[in-house]
Amino acid sequence: MRRRNFIVAAGATVLAGCNKIAESGPGTRLLSAAERWHKAAHELLTDRKALAPEYPRSAISPFFRGNGTTDPQEPAYRRHAAEDFANWRLEVGGLVASPMSLSLDNLRRLPQRTQVTRHDCVEGWSAIGEWTGPQLSLLLEAAGLREEANYIVFRCADTLNGDVYYESVDRIDAFHPQTIVAHSLNGEPLPIRNGAPLRMRIERQLGYKHAKYLTAIEAVASLDEIGGGEGGYWEDRGYQWYAGI
Amino acid sequence: MKRHALSTRLWHWLNLVFVVILFMSGLTISNAHPRLYWGDWGFAPEQAWLILPRFPDWMTIPGYYSLAVARDWHILAAWPFALLLLIMWVAMLANRHFRRDIATDRQEWQPSNIRRDAAAHLRLQFDHGPGKYNFFQKLAYGLVLGVILPMMIFSGIAISSGMEPSFGWLVEGLGGRQSARSLHFLFAFALLGFFIVHVLLVILSGPIRQMRDMLTGGGREEGPRDAT
Repeated sequence: MRRRNFIVAAGATVLAGCNKIAESGPGTRLLSAAERWHKAAHELLTDRKALAPEYPRSAISPFFRGNGTTDPQEPAYRRHAAEDFANWRLEVGGLVASPMSLSLDNLRRLPQRTQVTRHDCVEGWSAIGEWTGPQLSLLLEAAGLREEANYIVFRCADTLNGDVYYESVDRIDAFHPQTIVAHSLNGEPLPIRNGAPLRMRIERQLGYKHAKYLTAIEAVASLDEIGGGEGGYWEDRGYQWYAGI
Repeated sequence: MKRHALSTRLWHWLNLVFVVILFMSGLTISNAHPRLYWGDWGFAPEQAWLILPRFPDWMTIPGYYSLAVARDWHILAAWPFALLLLIMWVAMLANRHFRRDIATDRQEWQPSNIRRDAAAHLRLQFDHGPGKYNFFQKLAYGLVLGVILPMMIFSGIAISSGMEPSFGWLVEGLGGRQSARSLHFLFAFALLGFFIVHVLLVILSGPIRQMRDMLTGGGREEGPRDAT
């Protein structure tokens, strides 16, 4: 009992110390600096254009788990779902020369990329699925992405805990060959659970970056004025903007 | 020379700090998805080979559930932890600590010697055998420095953000991402096992002398100590 008390006390001391450090100004800066060091080390040690692993179709998981929002209740979304998403539009705008509004048919008629990839959730689980859709780079080039656009923001139809979901990536991830606007999972239109009718697949990134229920793609110079200013729904809640697999 | 070199002592205490932060923030990360799988994928209980309990707040960093904050701590502490182990290995090879004190020879692996060493441990006698450490000590320190800590780093790199596309061979070599995650967890608990036995044996073998030696380096030593 005494040893256990000692361990509890020692644990509590480390904990209290860590909490104090984390809550202090320099502590917060240190923790967010760690994310930047990590990113800098990646740029030194790894190639950000390298491909995420792709798998044979035989490796596909029998079921693809949904997480976060799995059944949006917003009236506008429910209407689209009732129409089988026949009138869904994807807006491409912001810092582009010619904004576009695309139907699902428009997207399906573009050159397609099909990839069997592994989805890694920040929580720790993984699932493998086959995704199909046009590359994001194709859309950005067609719209004429402007020089000053540093980030691509993804707007979503769903809200989570009362806030609209959104996400963002930098130009490197946006133009990565495996970054696609997916309309199909395992050869079928996306299930609602997995983001129907459109979701991002940004295979170098963790699951929360793969915005579901995609309504718009917006090119911006800065993330400061968007949402909580951190670049995404989960980033506004403390998660790393730059993470990835 | 002193019982413990300055490099050994510095590494020992700094490593303790980083390992404790990594372990406690790792428990928060485990709480985020307390199931382990083999292979490339897994997300449901029926695919899990192990379902873990929820680790209580007093064991975790931070002291409340926040995966985001735990990941920040984990990544922050992982860097110095890995770099310090690398430095320690260079120091151990350079000052001959590894060859002199930790490496074993063929004779020490003979069953009769192992039996003798085990019997001495059971009588709570630890200062015996040639050299600074007895056979089981060498084995334990060798495994921690040469296998468990490096495997923590390699399995950690495999599942660390952004590494797989460039270090895919590492993930494949460990049997896939979920296997790497399982191994990361298993080696963490192997390290906890070492920690518990290590602290217990320090307490049983004269804790004041042991702590003093690990802080100050201890007295000068000529040859092997006699059994106490």
